[in-house]
Amino acid sequence: MRSFAAILRRDLMLAVRNQGEMLMVVGFFAIAATLFAFGVGPEANVQSRMSSGVVWTMALLAALLSLERMFALDFEDGTLDQLMLSGAEPAAVVLAKTLAHWLTTGVALLIAAPAVALSFQLPSQAYGALMLSLLLGTPTLSLLGAVGAALVLGSRRGGVLLSLLLLPLYSPVLIFGAAAVEGAILGIATTTPYAVLGGLLILALTLCPWAGAVALRHAVE
Amino acid sequence: MDHVFAAAAFAGTDLSCRRGGRLVFAGLNFGINSGEALVLRGPNGSGKTTLLRLMAGLARKSSGVLTWDGADVHDDLPLHGSRLAFAGHLDAVKPALSVRENLAFWADVRGSSLTDIDKALKAFSLSHLADLPGRVLSAGQRHRVALARVAMNGAQLWLLDEPTNTLDDAALSALQGVLQRHLQNGGMVVMASHGDTLLPQAKTLDVRAFIAKARTADLESAA
Repeated sequence: MRSFAAILRRDLMLAVRNQGEMLMVVGFFAIAATLFAFGVGPEANVQSRMSSGVVWTMALLAALLSLERMFALDFEDGTLDQLMLSGAEPAAVVLAKTLAHWLTTGVALLIAAPAVALSFQLPSQAYGALMLSLLLGTPTLSLLGAVGAALVLGSRRGGVLLSLLLLPLYSPVLIFGAAAVEGAILGIATTTPYAVLGGLLILALTLCPWAGAVALRHAVE
Repeated sequence: MDHVFAAAAFAGTDLSCRRGGRLVFAGLNFGINSGEALVLRGPNGSGKTTLLRLMAGLARKSSGVLTWDGADVHDDLPLHGSRLAFAGHLDAVKPALSVRENLAFWADVRGSSLTDIDKALKAFSLSHLADLPGRVLSAGQRHRVALARVAMNGAQLWLLDEPTNTLDDAALSALQGVLQRHLQNGGMVVMASHGDTLLPQAKTLDVRAFIAKARTADLESAA
């Protein structure tokens, strides 16, 4: 627990000192979504029809962008060796790094999402659903991402490999996240997508730290 | 710093390690008690680093047993990690954090006392650099920060991979003083080294002797 708090605090401090990375994720999210808007054209009902899917897909790709560095920097400078020898449970190391990742990128995406949705003319009744689905979905993205980031440590072209590994795993989160927003747009009150997103989060929370820990052990061998 | 340690014994029996499908060494035995030092010798690529990482529980052994007071260390790797300090070729110094913040993080993770940071900084003449960010340090200064981390974390077993690399004469004698005091207090030191005589009383283990065994074993398994 002590080392969990220490790792979390240090990662947040590093994120504050290297703000560029956080801004890069938000910038990618905003620019990629805007490109979509340019490509589709200005027709209001087309844009608002697509808004939930675009916001969710872009948020997912933006989260992916920051994942490669989650363990890579610690791996390259020897910090990971030291963390594995610190007496801390490796799963606690994974969980602390994942939480730090979510707090720096997931929350940043959450803050930027309404602005991006606005430019896509998301109907006003759907903002609550968008935020709630992102709140439930993005931690799952970080948790799955941690396993992927730990698995590709030490491989060249890790970023491409990471995308190939993670995008299929991300699809359930995307499907149910976008479905929650879609339901709100059409005015169909349904709790099913939220229940699935919550279930996926709990599943990821119980499995991913352990899977990530095994991958880290292999990486430092 | 200046922890006094109880008697303990760290030993390895019939160790072998395989990397990239090739046996690095085989049939290797070593034993070290509190207050003793062991210097690993051998040319580049002979497996000194691999052996140190294996002693730390990082590298995976292909056979043999590593024991601490008779108990297999692989039964509880986090516990083994908590009684050793490791300094490898990578210094684990974060460029964005100051020297003091870097050390404070490791003290925080391991639960060692923060007052030890100042003593460790002083021992390696780093006090005047304490508030500088890691990115402006030279290679030798970064390495001294890594050694300060080892000195302050209260572990009995120190595993040092060529700790004298990049050090100037003043830092060498500082390291020698810290190592001697650690041994007097019942600590253990295992270090890979080329030729220097920081610890004249140390036992030596020539890793080269076990490469030949590895070759024979590899040939036998291939046949």
